[in-house]
Amino acid sequence: MKSITAEAKIENIVLVTDFVNSILEKNECSMKVQMEIDIVIDEIFSNIAYYAYAPGSGEATVQVEIEDSPKRLELVFIDRGIPYNPLENKDPDVTLDIEERKIGGLGIFLVKEMMDEVLYEYVDGQNILKLIKDL
Amino acid sequence: MSLTIEKKNEGTKDTVFLTGRLDTATAPELDAFAGKELANTQELVLDFARLEYISSAGLRVILKMQKLMNAKGSMKLIHVSDVIQEVFEITGFVDILTIE
Repeated sequence: MKSITAEAKIENIVLVTDFVNSILEKNECSMKVQMEIDIVIDEIFSNIAYYAYAPGSGEATVQVEIEDSPKRLELVFIDRGIPYNPLENKDPDVTLDIEERKIGGLGIFLVKEMMDEVLYEYVDGQNILKLIKDL
Repeated sequence: MSLTIEKKNEGTKDTVFLTGRLDTATAPELDAFAGKELANTQELVLDFARLEYISSAGLRVILKMQKLMNAKGSMKLIHVSDVIQEVFEITGFVDILTIE
């Protein structure tokens, strides 16, 4: 398992993305899957940056594990901010016409659709969001 | 990797080439561009050939641009990659955008 810890702020999304991409590249992950993972990182890390410690600041840790047979990626986001389970969000209505469209909730919906499993737990004052994708 | 925005003007038609990532960090740049560079645009073409990916923060700006152009002309997206097409399909944006 490899991990990166950084202050949870928007400017650091690129740090986390580069870190994860370097691991995916070593594992010959397809470009499409890598892009999907990058989108997922943007959604989750930005959520932590905006809401976990507001109005203060704090750190987030991202752990990456790649398992063989079957080959799959486990990506874990950990923060010590306010308890927040994104899986409790109601899925957005993606059939509304343009004037009624709302963006809220689309990020976590994208994450759920692009990953194979998304698991949340709150343990010892930590939000732990585990994302799993078959490679 | 950030976002580069280039505009090619032909009368009231503007083609905007996006290079890089349209995400939380860069979406405000496109929003600012749309707010000041499209005043005279009636036909807007967004060329996604060199756009790597788009996240929900980018979708917010694309939706805003589509609403703006609906009010005064047209907007279409060209050269959309597989992964970006997937994002548009998951979110139902395929129904509100014109993608060629």
